[in-house]
Amino acid sequence: MKKLLSIKNIIISIAALLLVWEILFLCSSYSKALFPSPLMAFYALIEMIRSGTLLSNIGTSMYRFAAGYFSAVAAAVILGLILGRLPKVFQYINPVVQLLRPISPTAWMPFVVLLFGIGDIPAIVIIFIAAFFPVLLSTVSAVGNIDPIYLKVAKNFEISGSAATWKVIFPAVFPQIANGIHLALGTAWIFLVAGEMVGAQSGLGYQIIDARNNIRADILLATIFVIGVIGILLDSLLKSAEKRILKLWGLK
Amino acid sequence: MTSYIQVRKACKKFIHNGKEFNALDNVSLDINKGEFICLLGPSGCGKSTLLNAIAGFDHLTEGSVMIDGQEVSEPTINHITIFQNYGLLPWRNVIRNVELGLETKKIPKEERKIIAQKYIDLVGLTGLEKRHPAQLSGGQQQRVSIARGLTVDPDIIFMDEPFGALDAITRMKLQEDILRISRQEKKTIIFVTHDIEEAVFLADRIVVMMANPGRIKSIVKVPLGHHRDRIASDFLYVRDKILELFNIKTEEYIEYYI
Repeated sequence: MKKLLSIKNIIISIAALLLVWEILFLCSSYSKALFPSPLMAFYALIEMIRSGTLLSNIGTSMYRFAAGYFSAVAAAVILGLILGRLPKVFQYINPVVQLLRPISPTAWMPFVVLLFGIGDIPAIVIIFIAAFFPVLLSTVSAVGNIDPIYLKVAKNFEISGSAATWKVIFPAVFPQIANGIHLALGTAWIFLVAGEMVGAQSGLGYQIIDARNNIRADILLATIFVIGVIGILLDSLLKSAEKRILKLWGLK
Repeated sequence: MTSYIQVRKACKKFIHNGKEFNALDNVSLDINKGEFICLLGPSGCGKSTLLNAIAGFDHLTEGSVMIDGQEVSEPTINHITIFQNYGLLPWRNVIRNVELGLETKKIPKEERKIIAQKYIDLVGLTGLEKRHPAQLSGGQQQRVSIARGLTVDPDIIFMDEPFGALDAITRMKLQEDILRISRQEKKTIIFVTHDIEEAVFLADRIVVMMANPGRIKSIVKVPLGHHRDRIASDFLYVRDKILELFNIKTEEYIEYYI
């Protein structure tokens, strides 16, 4: 019943968006090529699916996303687990982290392109930067705030070093880290598009730039729509994975 | 002959709000192998601090703790502590929790299962092996923790108000079980509590402690056999004797008022 209700909510909400779009289209004085109707965007979507460009661009983007996001999460979690155990060392690293964190990942873009050229790497690097800091900071703070009883139990049963980290500390703080991992997913997806708009010749972000260059606003809007849908799908995929893991913890 | 556990002139000082605070002041204590000792006293008397010092979790400001001729500096797998809030790993099910210590001892997987099962049966949790801690009651969780401690066959078991968070009926049941297990497994047990009846029910000797500064008021030998009856006259007699010890503290207050 609840699921049915939420489906109803989704349909009404999207229908309202399309309606507003259609009204704006009918009222606007722009040419059709610059401001297309929802139906025109839909036809453009079909066209892209038929020609195969959409699928291949999605594939390229997903590959970059997966490479950047998963390597960022792995690196941030491992580094966070180490630094969380060494608060004195982190005091020296934290100022640098705080300095780098507020810099928009796109600011690095020209520099990354200069170093690596156009291609997969700039987009992957951007996603890495976008996902890395939230996960690192949430891991360090989770390890620092770990319930001391876990450390006492590990000490008592003589579980030390890396065994303590993987057997006790990581699983104990995982529910807190999961939050950061989840936040990073959304941020990473946002910056993938930015990265591909500047530093790539393929992918969904490039497809937007390419559509603009060809004055195909219908393709442009259809691509934006696809980016939104994939974002939702990734989010719900992670949510269900998170739920499954937290269930193992007996938390939900 | 020197005793199994020797605490000599133990002092523990804390600085709290710029004021020095004596959690333990010159405490000396001898415990024999196989004894069931209860550290009894009001909060702030240093009973948990003393337990943590003997268990190796906490370091003394002055004085020493020796176990079996060795100075205590770190916790070891031979001296297991049972905590009030159980200390189970919520992502592991019951049997995997109980196996934890056996993994350190590098015991093969199959053998681990057999040993863990033996102690799960001993604490009365047969059939709940696959449950996760969140699916168990507080009393059951503490039983898991006790089973986990026993699997590594420790010489000493420290218990820090282990039944403090449980309801009265569950607590009594667990007291009976821990008494049975202690006789059966012949462990040295040091048990912290603020419940006089619990101490009289369990202990061979009760170490009565007082606060400000934390110190030993008196050590009471409990002249009761293995089968203890909470309403028998000799049980009530020992309990009254301990109550009297605490009454001395109120008399101190009365003097203060005069």
